[in-house]
Amino acid sequence: MNDSKSLHSRIAKTVRDIPRSGIRDFFDIVSSREDVISLGIGEPDFVTPWHIREAAVLALDRGMTSYTSNMGLLSLRRGISQYVEKKTGIAYRPENEVLVTVGVSEGLDLAIRALIEPGDEVLYHEPSYVSYNPLIQFAYGKPAAIQTKKENGFRLTRDELEENVSDKTKILLLNYPNNPTGAALSKKDVEDIAAFAIEHDLIVLTDEIYDELTYDRDHFSIISVPGMRERTIYLHGFSKAWAMTGWRMGFTCAPPELTEAMMKIHQYTMLCAPILSQEASVEALKNADADIGYMKAEYKKRRNFIHASFEEMGIPCIRPDGAFYAFADISRFGMTAKEFALKLLDEQNVACVPGTAFGACGEGFIRCSYATSMDEIKEAMVRIARFIEKL
Amino acid sequence: MNELLNLLKQNALETPENMAKMLGISVDEVKKQIVQYEKEGVIRAYQAVVNEEKLDSSLVTTVIEVKVTPESEGGFDRIAERISRFPEVESVYLMSGTFDLLLFIKGRTMHEAAGFVSEKLATMPGIVSTATHFMMKTYKQNGIVMHTGEDDERLKVSP
Repeated sequence: MNDSKSLHSRIAKTVRDIPRSGIRDFFDIVSSREDVISLGIGEPDFVTPWHIREAAVLALDRGMTSYTSNMGLLSLRRGISQYVEKKTGIAYRPENEVLVTVGVSEGLDLAIRALIEPGDEVLYHEPSYVSYNPLIQFAYGKPAAIQTKKENGFRLTRDELEENVSDKTKILLLNYPNNPTGAALSKKDVEDIAAFAIEHDLIVLTDEIYDELTYDRDHFSIISVPGMRERTIYLHGFSKAWAMTGWRMGFTCAPPELTEAMMKIHQYTMLCAPILSQEASVEALKNADADIGYMKAEYKKRRNFIHASFEEMGIPCIRPDGAFYAFADISRFGMTAKEFALKLLDEQNVACVPGTAFGACGEGFIRCSYATSMDEIKEAMVRIARFIEKL
Repeated sequence: MNELLNLLKQNALETPENMAKMLGISVDEVKKQIVQYEKEGVIRAYQAVVNEEKLDSSLVTTVIEVKVTPESEGGFDRIAERISRFPEVESVYLMSGTFDLLLFIKGRTMHEAAGFVSEKLATMPGIVSTATHFMMKTYKQNGIVMHTGEDDERLKVSP
């Protein structure tokens, strides 16, 4: 009973079989070193704008320490509804179509668990955020990953979708602007995908956490396509554009039946999102346009810089349209992504994440986050140039 | 405002090569625009933002509110320009409200600053009254927070 082997065998098979995240492995290595310049961080380097923090301080001062409605504060849901309508033209009723979650992470888990029966397939695109595949498996669903291609700028195409769909496919999971590739979709791309989803009668989960962070054109949401609102769960949150990762605030917008289903799981597992974070988010929706504009302008300069620097070094890198990641092609150096990242860390103390942490088709790529100060990015680029000279 | 000016305001030592990369324009274009701004007097100078408190012989900054009788011709301009010529005067602004001009004076001691007010400023024709304040501590200047920042508390690698 006491030896760890027997404990290990008692862990649920689904959980046992899912490997540790490649990010965590890499994190352990990087953490053991001093003075690392990290391009491996998937969160803004900005601190949450002061007026948003102050709203939480004030709420604490007023003694707001209770539970909220399971759905979230109505004032926040109203704010979310207005925000989403302004961005997409699609209105959701705050009373029964908006659910406040603990980050998009929870929202996604709710959405998948609310819909999946054992064996149902979920189509999604890789390279992808690290949690998609495990979340599907935790719900006994079958992950069906589409390997997006560098030639297409890692944009998902209708052909790729048609090749991978089956009669078991129930859900299409999208994430554009994309982590880790920085790819964003055009309106036409989105319309093609929507037509596919309608034709195959799929439910679409769209993780649009990076929607504010596009640099060359405005983001176009799939919910804006006629016929999509009724089959889509729209997932968004405050972590990225508002620099609020640690507040753990996300939300879903979906038709009442789907919202109610997610709500059931949320109610019995999470109860509600933390009230102080919700109060801060109310303020975030009211008064943060200028903050978002400022941060976005900073990211854009860094995007331009990091992309131009890679090009100069002869490292192909698709010019990222959105989010804050550059996905650089290091395949010509004859190393795996992990070997490259480890050697770079070892020799130049620069951390980036091997593309394989985001799916097998990330082989040959490294993800470089530009959510770090321009000074650090400049130094990192100098070091990477020095590194590849010696290869 | 022009993005190039914003970059220079953040860091005047930034290289044209880096700025070209950030803005997605050519190095030559960056250089050309800078020369143009200098010629037009849009860029007046390049200076370091110094944290005086870190220096042994820190200077005393004095803020002076000045009430002035405007002249029939030229209004406040002539007297403001006259005040501006004193090397110890760092900045001069025309203000709305209960006084007219706001001056920032740098001196080695409070005594020196007081001397400037009583001997040079108050005796000038057209000056009605002055109110002198000594600056005690600088928290932020030119958009730069003076205490050196907190460490980055973020995880070194995250998804």
